[in-house]
Amino acid sequence: MISDLPLWLSILVSAFVVLGALLTMAGCFGLVRLKSFYLRIHGPTMGTSMGGGLILLASAIYFTVTRERLVVHELVIFLFVTLTTPVTLMLLARATLFRDRVEGNEGVPKRPEKIETPAAPLKT
Amino acid sequence: MRRLLPHPILAGFLLVLWLVLQQSAGLGHIIFGGVIAIAVSIAASAIIPEPIVIRRPWKFVQLIVVAGLDIIRSNLAVMSVLFHPRPNPTAGFIEMDLTLKNPFALAILAVILTATPGSAWLEYDRARSTVLIHVFDLVDEAEWVATVKKRYEALLLEIFP
Repeated sequence: MISDLPLWLSILVSAFVVLGALLTMAGCFGLVRLKSFYLRIHGPTMGTSMGGGLILLASAIYFTVTRERLVVHELVIFLFVTLTTPVTLMLLARATLFRDRVEGNEGVPKRPEKIETPAAPLKT
Repeated sequence: MRRLLPHPILAGFLLVLWLVLQQSAGLGHIIFGGVIAIAVSIAASAIIPEPIVIRRPWKFVQLIVVAGLDIIRSNLAVMSVLFHPRPNPTAGFIEMDLTLKNPFALAILAVILTATPGSAWLEYDRARSTVLIHVFDLVDEAEWVATVKKRYEALLLEIFP
């Protein structure tokens, strides 16, 4: 249990967990408090990059020491989260951009004049 | 060989991923993971017809280190803005011209810029080869673009032909 851990390890692991949680919380605050949609998309990124990363790092260190073998499947979690975040982010952001442009809202860059759809030619 | 293993890098990556996920490098896991990796890479060749070429693998390590440090720095910067009683960042859109054309390099750049809390990759325009980026705390637009070009794009251009 946690009382059997060496002191340096408890301090290290708790520091990582607390700092990671703090970053994630800052991101959540940002999600609630920031004014526009484009600002708010930056908040949760903190949870998925460094916030989550630090918590996973703490988990990897803790289980590596207590199980006395290398535990690194947290790396896979981090990899999957990092690789999939841009997909949802782009989906949300482009939907909002589209809507803002259709509604003619201010503060949004104009759609470029000529848009070529990069769709592959249909095979008949 | 090319028909059995159309994407050796992808297959190798999947095998390593499988072994890490299983927490074991036993023979059974290697064989099973290898079968899965080869099957997936054959299936992927329908979506990715051309082989993936990575020219300077050690530059990849450099890219990961540079991006990792920038992500940490950006996290702390955004956190200090958000814990301010009245967060009022000077956000802005940037339309950036890219020399990069390789789809994998573009995907990696998108992942890096999105994982950095200070910036978000919104929309890539293939026809004009520009990308729309939203920056959380924009001070100097020209400098920001120059930083991305120097730190990431130059490396990615060296890695991917």
